[in-house]
Amino acid sequence: MVQTRSAPRLEPLIDRIRCDGYGICAELLPEMLELDDWGYPIMASAGVPADLVDYARRAVAGCPVLALRLRAQPAGQVQASLVPARPWRDRVRSAAGG
Amino acid sequence: MSDQILWFATRGAGVVSLLLFTAVVGLGILTVTRWQSSAWPRFLTVGLHRNLALLSVVFLVAHVVTAIVDPFTALGVVAAAIPFASSYRPFGVGLGVISLDLLLAIIVTSLVRERIGQRAWRAIHWAAYASWPLALSHGLLSGSDAAAPWMIVVDVACIALVTGALAWRIRAGGSHRSQLALVAGAGGRPGPQG
Amino acid sequence: MNTAGTSLDLLSGRSLAAGPETHDEHVARYGPLPGGGGPNDVIERLEASGLLGRGGAGFPVGRKWRTIAQRPSGGAVVLINGAEGEPWSAKDRAVMSVRPHALIDGLIVAAEAVGADEAVLYVGSGHRTARKVMTEALGQRRLPLPIRIVDAPERYVAGEESAAVHFINDGDARPTTVPPRPFERGIDGQPTLVQNVESLAYAGLIARSGGTASAGLVTIGGVPHAGVREVELGTSIGEIVSASGARREATQAILLGGYFGRWAPADSAWDLAYDPAELRAAGLTAGCGVIRVLGGAECGVEMTSQVMAYLAGQSAAQCGPCVFGLRAIADATERLARGMARDDDLARIERWGGQLVGRGACRHPDGAAGFLASALLTFGDEFQRHARTRRCGDAGRPARVA
Repeated sequence: MVQTRSAPRLEPLIDRIRCDGYGICAELLPEMLELDDWGYPIMASAGVPADLVDYARRAVAGCPVLALRLRAQPAGQVQASLVPARPWRDRVRSAAGG
Repeated sequence: MSDQILWFATRGAGVVSLLLFTAVVGLGILTVTRWQSSAWPRFLTVGLHRNLALLSVVFLVAHVVTAIVDPFTALGVVAAAIPFASSYRPFGVGLGVISLDLLLAIIVTSLVRERIGQRAWRAIHWAAYASWPLALSHGLLSGSDAAAPWMIVVDVACIALVTGALAWRIRAGGSHRSQLALVAGAGGRPGPQG
Repeated sequence: MNTAGTSLDLLSGRSLAAGPETHDEHVARYGPLPGGGGPNDVIERLEASGLLGRGGAGFPVGRKWRTIAQRPSGGAVVLINGAEGEPWSAKDRAVMSVRPHALIDGLIVAAEAVGADEAVLYVGSGHRTARKVMTEALGQRRLPLPIRIVDAPERYVAGEESAAVHFINDGDARPTTVPPRPFERGIDGQPTLVQNVESLAYAGLIARSGGTASAGLVTIGGVPHAGVREVELGTSIGEIVSASGARREATQAILLGGYFGRWAPADSAWDLAYDPAELRAAGLTAGCGVIRVLGGAECGVEMTSQVMAYLAGQSAAQCGPCVFGLRAIADATERLARGMARDDDLARIERWGGQLVGRGACRHPDGAAGFLASALLTFGDEFQRHARTRRCGDAGRPARVA
């Protein structure tokens, strides 16, 4: 009998600061992303179903500003994390807040 | 004819490269202005932009290789690799070399974009605005067909498309980012009295 | 409100108008700061007391100190958060202006408990009296660690923990979302204890003599005798606001917690106990201690539109959903308040409000969404009346901006 170990579920994460409302992610993964009145994505659900993983990867690649990424859902967590992580290269001194 | 076939290939591949490159620049501008229609989604613009860029590299490589290999040209690998090192029209050919180098940098960084991060990628991508006019100038200054009427038509069309797209970009904008501070600040109030 | 137990006399016993307490007066009241007992004793006392952070998040103070104290090695920083960017809150300013030495005691106790070797006092740049009093008071004490004073920008989010650290490190007072959090890596990369002024002052008192965290500071507004009060937790909200002049029959609703807090109708709020845990169980929050009474002559729709306009303007302007969403909501609620609403304004406000949560890099839109939702619930009838009839209140007068 073959014991299968299920791969950890992936969840989409949006870097809300980097996101600039292109909306390509919602075109490529409409099952999980829709756009608000100003063209910014609303994430509809948490883990990516297995049959949508390829489309999710295409949505990640399609974003012109790399605002969308997929990460392994931490064990036991059902809710999509709302805290986007920014790569260390982006932790540069930003202009002082207005 | 057969001893000229490499020469024709070089010229043909060069023209096709320029046409594709022009389309790529146009599509890049179309991406950033977020244009779409009911029949043309934005992911199509992005996808075409990337795929045509890769295709243009194929023709560009063919253009360079046939030029080097052609026994009738004095161009060697050195001329193709080092700007202004060729003996034939060094300036014009040199511009082409620079254009090629910039394009390669853009393509390579785009392929490893997820590794190098958005900022580095974007900084190098701006080089596209230098690479395209360099490619056009290379053709005008060192292309065998530069004076031919059909080539002039092609050149004019490419220039028209890119300048038109640029004008469109300046007018239409695209990014919301510059508006964010403005919209947030507009009408911001001190808040109600205690 | 009784005064049993030393944890309940941070402010009482001396009029706020009498100016800052001197060090001698402070020592006369509490005695000198006891030196004995180790850091562990202090942290155990804080944990046993149940003291929760009073900056708005309500995180247990003892647990926060223990986490930082348990780091494997290296120094730490104590950040006294006196930014108090909440416009309706004045309690932190009151502590700094009138009981500076109680706060400094808290700092000393915290520094020893977590092994800090540096401190920062982060004061709202507009709170000049507080800054001046604290500067003088700090000069009168012999401190076990160096402290510097940093002026906090007068922005709503500047007091958020990661925003404070971000400002002190990089001059940018916007919250960050990158882990690690300040307690892991904060000021100059050191583990940083970010503690609200009131929390730290009470922690100092509890460290001396134990007991439960049975008192808290509130800023009461919209009443004849508005101002900062020290209350015994568990007192009913009605009793608290009545002591400041509110009358039940003249009260429509009460806002608890400030602009990121929740409205409650007067009837349900009046007999509710003012206790952080009980409030949360009731779907409300103590937040930063603001209690704002909405009187009979005031309009909940109008108040909501003013707060939303303020919050929209206070966005860090980094994320589209927050900037455009809050702006649209502010504009629509203003139209409603003025009796100039478009047909679908109310429906769109509800839809946009529901789309705010989790769609920004920080919790600003979330806080605004919570406030808005509670306003739509509490003042639902009034919103409907403004939308359909363009009139305000039971008297049916034309809706207009005050």
